[in-house]
Amino acid sequence: MIVRPKHQRLILLVLALAAMLGAVLLAMWGLQDRAAFFVTPSDIAAGRIQPGKAMRLGGMVVDNSLSREPDGVTIRFTVSDTKATIPVRYRGITPDLFREGSGVVAEGRVEDGLFVADTILAKHDERYMPPQMAGAAVPAR
Amino acid sequence: MIAEAGLAALWLGAALAALQLGLALGLGGAGDRQLGAVRAVAVGQGALSLIAFAALVALFVRTDLSVLLVAENSHADKPWLYKFAGTWGNHEGSMLLWVTVLALAGAVVALFERRLEERTLGMSLAAQAALSLGFFAFLLAASNPFERFDPAPLAGRGLNPLLQDPGLAFHPPTLYLGYVGLSVAFSLAVGALVTREVGPALARAMRPWVLAAWILLTLGITAGSYWAYYELGWGGWWFWDPVENASLMPWLAATALLHSLNVLASRGGLRAWTMMLALIAFSMSMAGTFLVRSGILTSVHAFAVDPARGTFILVLLTLYIGAALTLFALRIATVREGAPFEIVSREGALVANNLLLSVILGIVFFGTLYPLIAEAVTGEKLSVGPPYFDAVASPLALGLGALMLIGPQLRWRRDSLPIFPRLAPGLVVALAVLVATILLAPTIGLLPRLGLAIGAGLVPASLMPLIGRSLRRTPLATWGMCVAHLGLAVAILGMASDSAFTREKLASAVPGERLEVGPWLVEFRSVVPLAGPNWTALEAELRASRGGGATVLKPQSRFFTEPPTTTNEAAIETDWNGQLYAVLGAQDAETGRWLVRLWWKPFVTLIWLGGMLIALGGTLALIGRAWRARATRRRFEEAEW
Repeated sequence: MIVRPKHQRLILLVLALAAMLGAVLLAMWGLQDRAAFFVTPSDIAAGRIQPGKAMRLGGMVVDNSLSREPDGVTIRFTVSDTKATIPVRYRGITPDLFREGSGVVAEGRVEDGLFVADTILAKHDERYMPPQMAGAAVPAR
Repeated sequence: MIAEAGLAALWLGAALAALQLGLALGLGGAGDRQLGAVRAVAVGQGALSLIAFAALVALFVRTDLSVLLVAENSHADKPWLYKFAGTWGNHEGSMLLWVTVLALAGAVVALFERRLEERTLGMSLAAQAALSLGFFAFLLAASNPFERFDPAPLAGRGLNPLLQDPGLAFHPPTLYLGYVGLSVAFSLAVGALVTREVGPALARAMRPWVLAAWILLTLGITAGSYWAYYELGWGGWWFWDPVENASLMPWLAATALLHSLNVLASRGGLRAWTMMLALIAFSMSMAGTFLVRSGILTSVHAFAVDPARGTFILVLLTLYIGAALTLFALRIATVREGAPFEIVSREGALVANNLLLSVILGIVFFGTLYPLIAEAVTGEKLSVGPPYFDAVASPLALGLGALMLIGPQLRWRRDSLPIFPRLAPGLVVALAVLVATILLAPTIGLLPRLGLAIGAGLVPASLMPLIGRSLRRTPLATWGMCVAHLGLAVAILGMASDSAFTREKLASAVPGERLEVGPWLVEFRSVVPLAGPNWTALEAELRASRGGGATVLKPQSRFFTEPPTTTNEAAIETDWNGQLYAVLGAQDAETGRWLVRLWWKPFVTLIWLGGMLIALGGTLALIGRAWRARATRRRFEEAEW
């Protein structure tokens, strides 16, 4: 059956609108629990976040808090925003500008009061970076 | 002197753009002579912008530190190639490249376009002039690349070491040619909407531009992906970084446009939809530029941030896109309807292709802008990354792949012949691979599994249109389609294999230690210091062996002094069936152990090989179409004779 031209245009229009609507709905569904919010140690201390949800933690690496576990590849350190602190665990190669006393953004989730990071972002070079939280960053895994 | 000459050329170019706009708008019903004047002005504008760009290149190559831009982004000690490519490794230079390509594209249209009706061509050249005028104004008002710096410093600040790579010479210009090539599709659509001449002739004039832009975008994205893969040392090939998305969105729109143009050119259908896509494709290019250049999104590509510039581009963007969409809305009712077709037909499949591509485009667009929207509305800062895009866009992309098993086998208008024999090879292979992966690799994820099945099925399916025809007499454009589709199949296989079978090893090692990753046994031998032209480095020596063969990998940790930065230089060993990827981390001060990260990535190279095949397919189609157009013209001339 060949569809009449008039109807065909209508069908195409409806399809296009449905596709756009579908895209928006799909995007909203996807964003619901996949957008990583920027949080600070204070937000976590105040209990304002859901455990297990992806987020970005921003703050300063506390001096003398960095330690390496016996396996040699897992590190632990504490992140502070001067009001609260949270311990962080990370397994991997840290970015070159990651060090105690400087800014850091960690991507990961909170598990039992510990922030388990999948990715550490360190301020790379301020000239190339926009002024987002802690100077934001180039990811390094 | 060179700087002043460059600036003068820019001002003159802007003046010619204004003249071209006025002349072309005033064209009305006038004849040849006025169009000839418009053509000449367009060519002059292209030449002037080329002169300005050449001037900036000269300043960078000579490292003229009395020019602010050079002082801020270059350094006399840099290797020659990076001095040259550094011209566009910064905001002003890259915008000048953008304007240059825009003006040159206009000049090429003015010189060679003979197929279009005169008024349509005139209006298109007016639109192209309006575009370049806006970006000239942006350069002159907010991003003057030729600004002097007094007194000149003794040394420049250097180029971001991440950008000091041969990739810089190739990747940005290719992408820019692609982005800006789409401006012609935009201008032609505007011209045709104004003169109400939307039809197959327009589609045929637009197609080479879209094809060329799409080929360059494909190459640019492929190259950028490989560049990020080896330069950043994270072992990944796509990060859903806003700037990557900014290049993906025009590509998605151009891909959709390419397919709908075929319906318009050969069947006269999908007129309004194709015009819409032509407007959207270049709008996406501009939106991408806005995102990148305004620095409002976190990215490796965000150069120095300047809100005034962001606002300027945003105003330009709103103006152009708003005007184009208004014109579209005003004229949509007068666009004639195309030829009817059945749902199960080539047209029907192409409509489905377009809808899926548009939905993916919408999803990427929404996800990329969402952080901005959320911050504006709720004040909350958030980032949208791979979890969102992987979960939402990948299934749709696989759906598109599944559609490709079927679509190219269908005929135009209506398909009443039995279609199953044509579909069988692809479907059978896909099903066989699906069963095989379930039996042999039960632990891999659902998406990689489907990717392997669909990718494998697409290999025979994409070649099916060649079956049963004389291969020598098959049009080159058909070959192009098959090669491009095969390229997508190969790329999907690479992506699926990478996410299904990659093995990773992270270890802290001392020289002499042996590490295992996948089939490889890697001996960590030593770390030695090393010096390059403008860097020093620590280089590890890793001896990797599997079976009989052995090879040496030398990953480095590099320290640049201008500006002071450290980068990781990954070492990659490419075999026929994959890549071994090694990164050297820091040394632990207490234990003296080095962090080493190794990946074995089976068939990961197929991703970029696929990208290149897609571009090759596009090139075949471009050559085939040009050839055919010439042959047709000849025949006409002979007939008239």
